[in-house]
Amino acid sequence: MLKKLITPLLIVLLFSRLAFAETSLLNVSYDVSREYYKDLNPAFIKYWKAKTGESITINQSHGGSSKQARSVVDGLAADVITMNRSPDIDVLFDKAKLIPKDWQKRLPNASVPTASTSVFLVRKGNPKKIKDWDDLVKPDVQVVIPNPKTSGNGKYSYLAAWGYVLKNGGDDAKAKDFVTTLFKNVPVLDTGGRGATTTFAQRDIGDALITFENEVFLIQKELGADKFEVVYPSISVLAENPVALVDKVVDKRKTRALAQAYLEYHFSEAGQDIAAKHFLRPQVESAVAKHYENFKPIKLFKVEDVFGSWSKAEKTHFADGAIFDQIYAK
Amino acid sequence: MAQKNSLPGFNLSLGYALLYLSLIVLIPLSAVFIKTFSLSWAEFVEAATAPRVMASYKLTFGASFIAALINVVFGVLTAWVLTRYQFFGKKIIDAFVDFPFALPTAVAGIALSAIYAKNGWVGSLLEPLGITVAYTPLGVIVALTFIGLPFVVRTVQPVLEDLGAEVEEAAASLGANRWQVFYKVIFPAIWPAVITGFALAFARAIGEYGSVIFIAGNMPMVSEITPLIIITKLEQYDYAGATAVAAVMLVISFILLFAINGFQWWNNRRFGYVK
Repeated sequence: MLKKLITPLLIVLLFSRLAFAETSLLNVSYDVSREYYKDLNPAFIKYWKAKTGESITINQSHGGSSKQARSVVDGLAADVITMNRSPDIDVLFDKAKLIPKDWQKRLPNASVPTASTSVFLVRKGNPKKIKDWDDLVKPDVQVVIPNPKTSGNGKYSYLAAWGYVLKNGGDDAKAKDFVTTLFKNVPVLDTGGRGATTTFAQRDIGDALITFENEVFLIQKELGADKFEVVYPSISVLAENPVALVDKVVDKRKTRALAQAYLEYHFSEAGQDIAAKHFLRPQVESAVAKHYENFKPIKLFKVEDVFGSWSKAEKTHFADGAIFDQIYAK
Repeated sequence: MAQKNSLPGFNLSLGYALLYLSLIVLIPLSAVFIKTFSLSWAEFVEAATAPRVMASYKLTFGASFIAALINVVFGVLTAWVLTRYQFFGKKIIDAFVDFPFALPTAVAGIALSAIYAKNGWVGSLLEPLGITVAYTPLGVIVALTFIGLPFVVRTVQPVLEDLGAEVEEAAASLGANRWQVFYKVIFPAIWPAVITGFALAFARAIGEYGSVIFIAGNMPMVSEITPLIIITKLEQYDYAGATAVAAVMLVISFILLFAINGFQWWNNRRFGYVK
C-alpha cells in the first residue's frame, strides 16, 4: 500500500526536479524593488529566450533587507541577491561563507548597477519652506525618517545628514549635534521605508519625509503629484544597490551561467533603461549620460568616502549604544 | 507510576503529549536559551538591561497588563450580553468577537493607525480634546486591547451558559438584590474563567508585534515595545543579544503566568470548585 503511494510520488518529484532544476532563478531582494523587478524580469526572460531558446522563470522574494539576507544565510536557496546596501550582501560571506569576500570585484562598478539618493518630500506649496538639510532642524518642523536601526533607507538618511555637516566644514561634534536635533524632530520611527511613506502620506504626520528618490517618485505616481513636492538638498548620499550571485547555491543548482547573465543584464543598456524608468539612477557611464536630464544633478557622496567603510559607519553610528542610541538616551 | 488510572493508555498518551510539547514548544524555546550562552554573563546583563531595553519592558508589560484588564471588564460584559439576551443579529456579533483572531495583525495595526491618526475618524475627534492615540503608548494599549478581546469573551461565555439564568432567578427569589446576585452568585462561578481569559490576553499581548509597530511610533524610551527591540537586534545580525532579551521576556512571562495559574488554583480550592 505504502509502496503504491510512494512510487508515483517519487516519479512526480523526479520530473518536477528535471523540469525546474536548471530553468529558474530565485532573486532575493529588498522591500521596495518590487516594481523595478516586475519590469526587469520579463525583459530578461525574453532576452534569454531569444539568445538561448531556453524558457526560464524568475521568482522574486521581497522584504526588509536584513531579514532577507538573514534568510539566505539561514539556507534560503537564493541564486542571486539584490540589496540596497553592501553590508547586507557582505553578511553572506561573514556568517555563512556563501560567497567570496571580494564579491564586489566580480561585476562592473563594484557590482552596483543602480543607485538612489535620500531626498525630501514635502507637502504641496512647501508651507514650511524646506530647501535644504538646515531647514529640517528648525524647532517647528517635523520630519519622518524610517528607523536607522531597522531600515537601510533610514541609515542612508542619517548618514546623508551627517555628511552634509562634514562637507560644509563642520566636524564630527557639530555633525552629532545636527543629527541629534534632526532626530528630535522625528515624531515616528517606522521600521521600514514603506511604513514611513504611509505615516507621512496617508496619516498626515510631519512636514517632510526623507526617503529614497525612487520611492519619492513612486509616491507621486501612486498618490498624486498634486499633493506633494520633491525637494533636492544641496548634497546627499549615494545609496548604492549592489547585486551578487550566491556561489554555494548556483553551484548546487547548476545555475551559475544563468545567474551571471541575469546580473550582467542589470548593467546592459536595456537593464539600465528599465532602472531609469523606475527612477533608479543608472550607474553605467553610457546610461548616466543618456538619462542625464531625468535626474537632478546634485552633489552625491559615497558612504565609503565620508565614513571610511560601511562597517565603520555601522560601528560608530548604529551599533547598540553608539551615536544613534545616544540621541535617545536620557 | 504508582498512580492508578481508571482509563487505560495513560503511559502511551502521556508519552505522546510530552513528545508533542517538546517538539512544538520546549525545543524551540530551549534553543533561545542555548543561543544566549554565546554571551558572557556581563554581556548578557548589558544586552538585557540597557536603559532602552528596560524602558521597553515597562511599556510591554505595563500596556499588556492594562489591555488585559480592559478586556476583562468589557469581555465579561460582552460574554454576558451574548449569553443572557436574545436580540436581532446576535449570531453576527458573536462572530465579530473572533475577528481579532483571524485578522493578520499587521492589517489590524494599519487599520487602527488609520482610524486613530489625527486625520482618521476617531483620531480627528480626540485631537481637539488633546488626546493623541496613534504614535503614543496609548496606541500600544489600543492595539493590545484589540488583539486580546476574544480571549476573555471565549473563556467566560461557556461558563455563563452553563450557569444558567435559573441560578440567578433562584438567588433573586431568595431575596438577593442585583449587586448581591452578581457578587455572590455569578462572580465566584466565572472568576476562574475570567482569570484564565486575563492570562491568555495578557500573554498574547506581551508577544504581539505586527499590530503594535504600526500604531506605536516606535520612539526609543517612549513607545518602543520589547519585541521590536528583539527585531532590531536581529536586523543588526546580533542573534545573541536578541535571544538575551527574548530569554528575559520568557522568564518574566513564565513567572507571571505561573503566578496567575497558582492564584487560580488557590482560588479554586478556596471556593471549592473542581473545574
